[in-house]
Amino acid sequence: MESAVKQLISTDLEYLPDFLKENIYSTTRDRFRFARLYLPGNTPGLMINAGLHSADGIILDLEDSVAPEKKDEARILVRNALRQISFFGAERMVRINQGERGLEDLHFVIPHNVNLVLIPKCESGEYIMQVENEISGIKRKLNLRNQVYLMPIIESALGVEKSFEIARGSENVVAIAIGLEDYTADLGVSRTIEGNESFYARTRLIVSAKAAGIQPIDSVFSDVADMEALKQTVMISKSLGFEGMGCIHPRQIAVIKQGFAPDKTEIEKSKKIVLAFEAAKINGLGVVALGSKMIDPPVVARAQKIIDLAIRLNLLSSVWMSEIPPYEK
Amino acid sequence: MPTKTVINAAGRSVPLEINGQPVIPFKGVGKHKPEDRKYSPPIPTCSDYPDDGNKVVGSLEEALRKCGLNDGMTISTHHHLRDGDMVSNKIFEIASGLGVKDLIWFPSASFPCNDPIIKYLDDGTINRIEGSMNGPLGRYVSEGKMKGTAVLRSHGGRVQAIQDGEVKIDIAVIAAPTADSFGNAKGTGGKSACGVLGYAKADYLYASKVIVVTDNLVDLPCFPMEIEGNYVDYVVVVDKIGIPEKIISGTTQVTRSPDRLLIAELTASFLEKSGILRDGVTIQAGAGGTSLAIAVFVHQILKDKGWKSKFGFGGSTKYMVKMLEEGQMGFILDAQVFDLDSVKSIENNSNHVPYSVFNAYNYHSKGNLTSLMDIMILGATEVDLNFNGNVVTHSDGYLLHGIGGWQNCLHARNVILPIPLFRDRIPVIVDEVTTLCGPGELIDVIITERGIAINPLRQDLIDSVKGSGLPLRTMKELKDEAEKICGVPQKPQFEDEIVAAIKWVDGTVIDVVRKIRTE
Repeated sequence: MESAVKQLISTDLEYLPDFLKENIYSTTRDRFRFARLYLPGNTPGLMINAGLHSADGIILDLEDSVAPEKKDEARILVRNALRQISFFGAERMVRINQGERGLEDLHFVIPHNVNLVLIPKCESGEYIMQVENEISGIKRKLNLRNQVYLMPIIESALGVEKSFEIARGSENVVAIAIGLEDYTADLGVSRTIEGNESFYARTRLIVSAKAAGIQPIDSVFSDVADMEALKQTVMISKSLGFEGMGCIHPRQIAVIKQGFAPDKTEIEKSKKIVLAFEAAKINGLGVVALGSKMIDPPVVARAQKIIDLAIRLNLLSSVWMSEIPPYEK
Repeated sequence: MPTKTVINAAGRSVPLEINGQPVIPFKGVGKHKPEDRKYSPPIPTCSDYPDDGNKVVGSLEEALRKCGLNDGMTISTHHHLRDGDMVSNKIFEIASGLGVKDLIWFPSASFPCNDPIIKYLDDGTINRIEGSMNGPLGRYVSEGKMKGTAVLRSHGGRVQAIQDGEVKIDIAVIAAPTADSFGNAKGTGGKSACGVLGYAKADYLYASKVIVVTDNLVDLPCFPMEIEGNYVDYVVVVDKIGIPEKIISGTTQVTRSPDRLLIAELTASFLEKSGILRDGVTIQAGAGGTSLAIAVFVHQILKDKGWKSKFGFGGSTKYMVKMLEEGQMGFILDAQVFDLDSVKSIENNSNHVPYSVFNAYNYHSKGNLTSLMDIMILGATEVDLNFNGNVVTHSDGYLLHGIGGWQNCLHARNVILPIPLFRDRIPVIVDEVTTLCGPGELIDVIITERGIAINPLRQDLIDSVKGSGLPLRTMKELKDEAEKICGVPQKPQFEDEIVAAIKWVDGTVIDVVRKIRTE
């Protein structure tokens, strides 16, 4: 209704539904973003229960999943969803449109405690600054203090080449994602399950993200019926260095979260490496050995990362080391 | 003249008379125990039947005429042909053509394919339906257009009503996928195979006259016969008794709805964590998308744990058949089959056997199979704060579904209702159900996508899941959450006129449906 009125007359008046108390929360830059669920911005029916599926983030999409003629009403529906629908602690994300329209979209979401804005088809650090400035302007005007993080999406060859610049485009960029449907189209190739055509782009993006100290996020997996293939894709994605993936169906969430979390074998192996490192330190040894194998410092660092991750995911006690009997250390 | 009403043991206002016959108000679960003897059909004499055993007549009309079809008779049919049934409507088309009036249709269930029956209600051929009324038929009844008052019974309640003589079937018309000239018949074989014919058992045993209609006449004996020809008066051969693809789903499908899958996952998790699911468990679940998803999750748990269900009671589906074939289920006892895999299984697997509701659900049986079931998965259109359930009307007050076996299944050890918290923005949990079909004392657990409510009467279940991490809530909390999201919908408005009676499994009246106020 509001959208219909706004199409007839020019007005800044808004009909704002009540803001749920439980929707007032912020997120942190280093929180997990393993699984983020995309929802079309003009289908509130899908939004109501979206938070029940335990995604790390819920993305209310104003871009590709909304038809051009529905974009105005989608802005209002997304605004209302941010105020009225509880996502049970998931990071509240919105994917804006490209260019000028995307900057206008910000006016509908920034005042309503969005936690993170996804910027599609990003090709320059300059555009990140434009988005950042627009957000700052809105916040200043409305005297808002809520933290808004950014996640640019790389979807073209130029974007891949500029990925490091984009990753460092603003201090609020916390992650950078790759969108392979558009990227392969830009290259003029077909997207395959093996992903050889996007191997360079994916690894390049991972390197850029790691160099900038942010999270690299993989593209969505589009066959919602094939959970086994998704599992395999997550394994490859994790092994390359990605730290999350988009979901287009709630059933993908558990598979993705499980896939990116360290498994038992990884945790056990890491524990052994860290213990061997600690023992070497106590004994004043310059070289760390596990059985007959020498352990290099980067291997120890990787093991410590896995341990930290396992602790944050409640897969391992934070005092795990003190729980091990001395004779097993 | 207004009907005299009383308040029954469930607190509902019900009449003392329906369709001119006295009825007994609901007294409480297991309280009504009729004495006397069961109703008996007239005594036949075998010398009145052809010596050569050939009971085939030229047409259904001829058979109905020979059975003495007349005004006011009760005609029964079964629903094993489901939405592909081509026989029921034909009976009333013939009756209408013959000018017969005021018949009572006594189906074990009706389907959308039976909507043409409305014209025979309109022209006076049928006075009333005593059975389930779905979709347009239900709407017709709710709007007060049916001449008589509808009577809704459970599958078991239907058998009880026949045995108590409350319903005297004059002519039972039994559509049979395979039959011989003597009237032996079965649900398998032929182009209209439906698997079993259990819902017709009380009909052929107690009806005054029995007609078997088949599109697959085989040489005598039709073996193994589920219906014995000794009970059959006439056999009619037609081109088609049904539309095969509407009789049996080629395949039953697990829900794809993320929310329903979440409910199914929560249900399986509850069953596991409460200890209800264990080695030797007995299971019954339906063929709806959520029930099938629960079956898939339960099957996986059984496999992972190395457990085996002692038996499952069907409605069978390919998912239950899979449990049987992969060794996680000992037997399937089957009242009806829902898909082609189940038809194949019941034909070929000796551990998959027909088991009629005549025995399983009947209040007058010497023991109740459903009370042996550990897990009973059921649905509901509404549940109220006291766990009372409704399956026949929606919150708009319209009669839209039959009771099926729902009431009978409430006697299982653990009755679990996995239901969405709201449908099309209408909360499913309400202060008081629009129509009471099952008392809350028999409903143990409500599982929604937003939490699980356990009936306070089941302290054992509450204790069993303490500290399990499951999202346990009270019904009030669930209702408040639904209303916070959806708002509180307006209640439907009713006239005083009673358009349908809801019988409990023992034949007493538990509630009524009143005419919808449409202005």
